[in-house]
Amino acid sequence: MLAESLFFSAVLFTIGVVGVLTRRNAIIVFMCVELMLNAVNLTFVAFARVYGVAGQVFVFFVMTVAAAEAAVGLAIIIALFRHKQTVDLSNINLLKG
Amino acid sequence: MSHGELPLFYVFHFYLFGIIAIASALAFVTRKSPVAAVLWLVNTMFSLAALYVLLDAQFIGVIQVLVYAGAIMVVFLFVIMLLNLGHVSEIADARGMGWKLAAGLVGLALLAQVFALTRAQVPEALALPYGTIAQQVAAQGVIAPLAGPLFNEYLLAFEVTSVLLLAAVVGAVVLGKRRGRADAR
Repeated sequence: MLAESLFFSAVLFTIGVVGVLTRRNAIIVFMCVELMLNAVNLTFVAFARVYGVAGQVFVFFVMTVAAAEAAVGLAIIIALFRHKQTVDLSNINLLKG
Repeated sequence: MSHGELPLFYVFHFYLFGIIAIASALAFVTRKSPVAAVLWLVNTMFSLAALYVLLDAQFIGVIQVLVYAGAIMVVFLFVIMLLNLGHVSEIADARGMGWKLAAGLVGLALLAQVFALTRAQVPEALALPYGTIAQQVAAQGVIAPLAGPLFNEYLLAFEVTSVLLLAAVVGAVVLGKRRGRADAR
């Protein structure tokens, strides 16, 4: 089932990337990043079955980092919303050249 | 790793949950309403949890449901509720045609790259005998095979993770705090 897992993981990761590029709602872009993290987790678990349990330990760490990232990222989105009254990324263009 | 010996029941459910995960992810990126998007993403995560269980990672599957579907996604829903973003009309989402085309091309290129990567050959000597993890789970239970390496080889990383979480909590509180004259009351 390794090849199938890698296939599902690759497709999910690509969906996440396309979502990041096509959506303008900051929260949805952020959730697409979570989807990409999940796709990588699936790869880790699939490889862990063949090459040893260390992959599952890594999934553990990835989930922790995802939780920390969600907390900080959503706080940033709340701060942005307070500042701009919107989460539309096309309005948040202070650093645009 | 021949699939011939796997029971049909197993293979059927593996494909079923994989296809549900991908279909839910597609529904997730195409929904206009943020709330609907969150719920489709939760569905993806449940299917992934089922895949983890099928891949002999039962504990990771449970953690996936508890932490991802249960905690992180609820935080997302909570922020959508807090900022009152549930209405579709407010945010004309999705960029224009040019962006979509570019994103599609990038997606295709990325998919091709990732598939090329999955065809890479890993030395056979690295692979454990078939079914090692399943035997470990049968002998020691679901958690012990994971807890062993976590608290021995990866103990330092585990401790550093706790510092990371502390920093994230402090950062979230500082960022979320009201400040400035405009809204100080």
